[in-house]
Amino acid sequence: MAELRTDVNLSGHDDLYAALLRLHEDRTEAESLKIWSRLVLLLANHIGDAEVVLQAIALARPGGAGADAHPADATGPDRMPEGRGQ
Amino acid sequence: MSGHHDIPVYRRIGATPAPSVRTDQAGVVIAGAGPVGLAMALDLGRRGHCVTVVTRLDFIAHCSKAICFSKRSLDILDRLGVGDAVVAKGVTWNVGKVFRGDGQQPIYQFDMLPVKDQKRPGFINIQQYYVEEFLLDALLALPNVEIRWGHSIEQVTPRDDGVDLDILAAGTDYRLTADWLIACDGSRSTVRARMGLDFEGRVFEDNFLIADIRMTHEMPPERWFWFDPPFNPGKSALMHRQPDDVWRLDFQLGWDIDRDAATRPENVEPYIRAMLGGDVEFEREWYSVYTFQCRRMARFVHGHVIFAGDSAHLVSPFGARGCNGGFADIDNLGWKLDLVLRGKADQRLVQSYDHEAVLTADENILNSTRSTDFLTPKSPASQALRDAVLELAQDHEFARPFVNSGRLSTAVAYPESPLSTPDEDGWQGGVAPGAPVPDAPLGDGWLLERLGDDFVLLVHGWQGEVPAGLCVVATQGAAARRLGLPAGAACLVRPDQYVAARWMQPDRDRIGAALSRANGGTPWPN
Ligand SMILES: Cc1cc2nc3c(=O)[nH]c(=O)nc-3n(C[C@H](O)[C@H](O)[C@H](O)COP(=O)(O)OP(=O)(O)OC[C@H]3O[C@@H](n4cnc5c(N)ncnc54)[C@H](O)[C@@H]3O)c2cc1C
Repeated sequence: MAELRTDVNLSGHDDLYAALLRLHEDRTEAESLKIWSRLVLLLANHIGDAEVVLQAIALARPGGAGADAHPADATGPDRMPEGRGQ
Repeated sequence: MSGHHDIPVYRRIGATPAPSVRTDQAGVVIAGAGPVGLAMALDLGRRGHCVTVVTRLDFIAHCSKAICFSKRSLDILDRLGVGDAVVAKGVTWNVGKVFRGDGQQPIYQFDMLPVKDQKRPGFINIQQYYVEEFLLDALLALPNVEIRWGHSIEQVTPRDDGVDLDILAAGTDYRLTADWLIACDGSRSTVRARMGLDFEGRVFEDNFLIADIRMTHEMPPERWFWFDPPFNPGKSALMHRQPDDVWRLDFQLGWDIDRDAATRPENVEPYIRAMLGGDVEFEREWYSVYTFQCRRMARFVHGHVIFAGDSAHLVSPFGARGCNGGFADIDNLGWKLDLVLRGKADQRLVQSYDHEAVLTADENILNSTRSTDFLTPKSPASQALRDAVLELAQDHEFARPFVNSGRLSTAVAYPESPLSTPDEDGWQGGVAPGAPVPDAPLGDGWLLERLGDDFVLLVHGWQGEVPAGLCVVATQGAAARRLGLPAGAACLVRPDQYVAARWMQPDRDRIGAALSRANGGTPWPN
């Protein structure tokens, strides 16, 4: 079974990000949702492997990668990353 | 002088008296003694030209604006003879880390010096006023450079072969008739305004608070950036070490704020204490709020009036592309104007500054616009995209290269430069025409140290005849490898360290033709 790739498999990240932003420029939220949906369907078809798409769906869902809690809610007092004093 | 009591002084110099004549003459006039004007004066002054700098203030201001100076700027400052002083004072760094929320591990990190073994680091941090002071000290040693402190340009009247300036100095008006004017008079350029020229672009709806503070604190010399940290929820923050135990803290504030209130100590200090701990001891250096814009003039060359630095282009600070971009301007313009002033090149060589400096400005604007779009999403969709990237980057490598906390300044290439001779041989990799020479160890020193203020032919095991007056430098080992020069090959390097042409099998005629092209079409030798 093919595995969903989560290593870096692209170049031109900034160009792509800018193109995604442009896609939503001057759109309402409902339009944006539709646009995201169309994009997902296009990409899923291109991937051509439902197993892989299902793995991506599992990762994207709330509770998947890094998405469990909004970090602003998990505020700790005055916390700085470790690594000071090296 | 009067009228500038609100600007803190770093080094007082005192006003230069107005000339005793009502109409005065000068060769090259530089408007503005900011970092860009001073560096421009030093480049032309070292090349022996008579330069008059006219500048409004009569002191070096204390408010530190720029702190991050790129490797490319250090290479330029080396060529101008002040690199050692700047690097000795600065804090060297290469690595940037990006944190999210209260996470202790960076979600993304980058290295500004991916290729090691170069003379200069990826970046240094140093207060802008130190850079200005080192440039000024070097200028004071040049008898052919005059600086008029406390002289303000009020009116600009271009002529076909020069420009007339009306200047106000301590209440006295006089006229200065110049052959050339280089306008380095900053973002609110008087020269640009008086000539009625455009300055188009975008203004971003966000405010950032800068707190430069003095404290003793241990942290590796790195750029640390946070998205959504507990001490500034939902917004971003940045921390940088400067010399003298000074730290730059930068907090995103949002758009709808009272900007005057934001810089009052009672409003700034809670941010500092939230970030560093309630009992942190510090002294205030400088608090300010800035908003930013990305814009540029359509053209930088207007007859004998040429724009450089912030007068020509403005970027947001994320990416440190402002002053670094200004140094790239003067580096590009210096040798061209030198050849024109010495009658060794046609004036159209200066036109190529328009092509190359506009390209550099566009790349800087593109990158800083994109960083700003990432930092301050404007719509629910862009906010969702940004937050998704940050969430995924936590655990998944693929998302990390999308994280954009500022793409920091590096040298810009000019692939379509009219001065470059396109490749004829089948080159694979290496440094193409229009790209800058990378540094590498060479002999007891460094490759870039062997390039001076003039054209150079870099050869790898080639010994042939070259056009008269062209300096040849032999490379080998790492230097030849980084340049991508196989044995028997050579590349022609411009005075600003950019490659103009390269050959697998060089010969005198082709080198001569490339030199002439890089010289704006004027035959070589001349
Ligand atoms: C918060 C902040 C952080 C920044 N950080 C960085 C960074 O880390 N790295 C970086 O590269 N850049 C940074 N920048 C940008 C950098 O400060 C500017 O790009 C730089 O100062 C531009 O230099 P300049 O010489 O073109 O203009 P200026 O520094 O503005 O100098 C213009 C000079 O012209 C003079 N002048 C103006 N009008 C007249 C007149 N009519 N007659 C005579 N003289 C006149 C002024 O008095 C002044 O001396 C930062 C900017 C800000 C605001």
